[in-house]
Amino acid sequence: MPDTTPGALGSHDEAHDGAHDGSRSARREDIVTNPDTSVDISVEEVTDLPPGKMLEVDDVTLRFGGVTALDGVSFHINTGEILGLIGPNGAGKTTCFNVMTGVYQPTSGGVRFMGEPLGRRKKFEITKLGIARTFQNIRLFHNMTALENILVGADAHHSTGMASALLRLPKHRREEAEGMDRAHELLKFMGLERRADELARNLPYGDQRRLEIARALATNPKLLCLDEPAAGFNPAEKVRLMELIQTIREQGYTVLLIEHDMRLVMGVTDRIVVLEFGKKIAEGLPAEIRDNPAVIAAYLGVDESAS
Amino acid sequence: MNAVRNFFHSIRVRLGKLPRWAQLVLWGLVVLLVYLLPIINPPFLTTTGSDFGAVLFSCAMYSLVAIGLNIVIGYAGLLDLGYIGFFAIGAYTVGMLGSAHATLPLILLVPAAIVVTMISGVLLGAPTLRVRGDYLAIVTLGFGEIVRLVLVNSGWTNGSRGISNIPTPPSIELFDIPHISWQGLTAFVDLETTTTFLKFSVTDSVPYYWLTLTLVFIVLFLDWLMQNSRVGRAWEATREDEDAAELMGVPTFRFKLLAFATGAAIGGLSGAMFATKQQFINPENFTIIYSVLFVAMVVVGGQGNRWGVVFAAVLLTWAPEKFRFLADGRFFLFGILLMALAIFRPQGLIPPKRTVRARKAEEEETEILEEGHAHA
Repeated sequence: MPDTTPGALGSHDEAHDGAHDGSRSARREDIVTNPDTSVDISVEEVTDLPPGKMLEVDDVTLRFGGVTALDGVSFHINTGEILGLIGPNGAGKTTCFNVMTGVYQPTSGGVRFMGEPLGRRKKFEITKLGIARTFQNIRLFHNMTALENILVGADAHHSTGMASALLRLPKHRREEAEGMDRAHELLKFMGLERRADELARNLPYGDQRRLEIARALATNPKLLCLDEPAAGFNPAEKVRLMELIQTIREQGYTVLLIEHDMRLVMGVTDRIVVLEFGKKIAEGLPAEIRDNPAVIAAYLGVDESAS
Repeated sequence: MNAVRNFFHSIRVRLGKLPRWAQLVLWGLVVLLVYLLPIINPPFLTTTGSDFGAVLFSCAMYSLVAIGLNIVIGYAGLLDLGYIGFFAIGAYTVGMLGSAHATLPLILLVPAAIVVTMISGVLLGAPTLRVRGDYLAIVTLGFGEIVRLVLVNSGWTNGSRGISNIPTPPSIELFDIPHISWQGLTAFVDLETTTTFLKFSVTDSVPYYWLTLTLVFIVLFLDWLMQNSRVGRAWEATREDEDAAELMGVPTFRFKLLAFATGAAIGGLSGAMFATKQQFINPENFTIIYSVLFVAMVVVGGQGNRWGVVFAAVLLTWAPEKFRFLADGRFFLFGILLMALAIFRPQGLIPPKRTVRARKAEEEETEILEEGHAHA
């Protein structure tokens, strides 16, 4: 029986796959496995965290020359929650991500992670501390396979160097085996098992998005930052991705989510922070944000007049 | 093109079905054949205008260069246009410590050359690897020329007069091997021309070829060990997207420096082989054109594939000797072929295998699709 339910459309982004003739496209879907959310991807160092404030953004201001990208932004993320970061285009959401992951140094103010200031830590050091991210425009390692992409992520907590690699020391073997296990676990969880050996650039758009999340998860992040993970998805796909993100949270990860689609954010987040023109204009439960006049005026109002 | 691809594919499948011991024996025979090439002088391969043993030595020496540069360009994605500088430093380390300022035996000189070039790689890399892409290419281009100009102008390195009497490897003369000569397709054992195993001398390049070839195999193995580890993945991730790699926990600067130093060390090793074979070096051996040729080897072969770059190194060394009768026409032809390659096969003659593996997965998928269609 031909499967026509939206759920069976698998992971493909229709807009990008539209070039195929219909019948072939439909059958392609059948052999693309769906995410298997029953796979246990939790790691002890993440699930054992005590409740409390995981990350605190403290009065962060960032200026590029005369442009103030972030203006005294403060908020925090609690361990185990999904925090939504929303705002119109150019509000400073991604800039905020960049400050948190060490891409930019704030002009004033600072970020504390697990109680410790990030200071002038390098990007890779922050990743090792436990903050991993995806990118708004997909930035996979395009000429590496899906599996290898995830292995690079898993290598974040490995320490094999030239000597261990050349001499094939036990450390190398142990870390390779551990990375492989982790990668296969994540591939299965994301429904990418069949794509393991394919180059990242050959993957369909939706698979690339999910591979990015898998790669970030491989670093065993305490905090997973997703920068518009559903961009370019159709509504049905978006809903499925949000379900996936909720499962990720249920497995013990804390999630910070940037998303444009208000309705979507309302459904999955525990709390929401709203930015506009680099300033925080609201913070609260989804229901509160929905009724907040400032948000409606700034965010939804602008959105409506634009369309 | 497809026919050729399928042909090699079917051979690979058939070889894969052979038992393990048969595969090993087959590989052993191939390796033995490669070692015996200068003895056998195969009719088509042999060069008539120049000594075939010397040509093969150059092939092996440049293979080392290509493997080293492939780590820098192919794996880590750092465009190094001054690789001849490391080659020169390796050769001059052997010359300076073996003849000009000391008389160490070659067994110590080769490790010394590796260490010195590795250090020079770190010294060059530490300040310059912070710049990217085109800028790095310009900086390394400058480095190659600086090395040559220092060698020309420094009295310490004998200036443009160069260094002579560079020590050879120790000879152990065990037995003579007669070469084979060909008349048409008939082989004769030529008792006049023999190679003494192992006598390193000016007149016979074959022992140098054997020595360097052995080094090629060793370095290829080490290269494989490095690439199939966290180190290799970190290099490739850095090449693909440096910022993303850094944000995935790769200390990119450290790994770029490691690639630079490793590549430099292999270049130095090759330079050391050059010095001991020539027994005489001067700055004119290390002009900028070689840097360009080395990059061409990596690009023609297929960046990131060790067998591809070795193939290209051999091809680009052997072909000019084989077609010596074309005189300057060779370079015209080479230019035309490079352009054709850039248009029709920009990924190189033998691109990294992973691409092929991915295509295979696609083929399998198509097969499944077609089967599914048949069942319906």
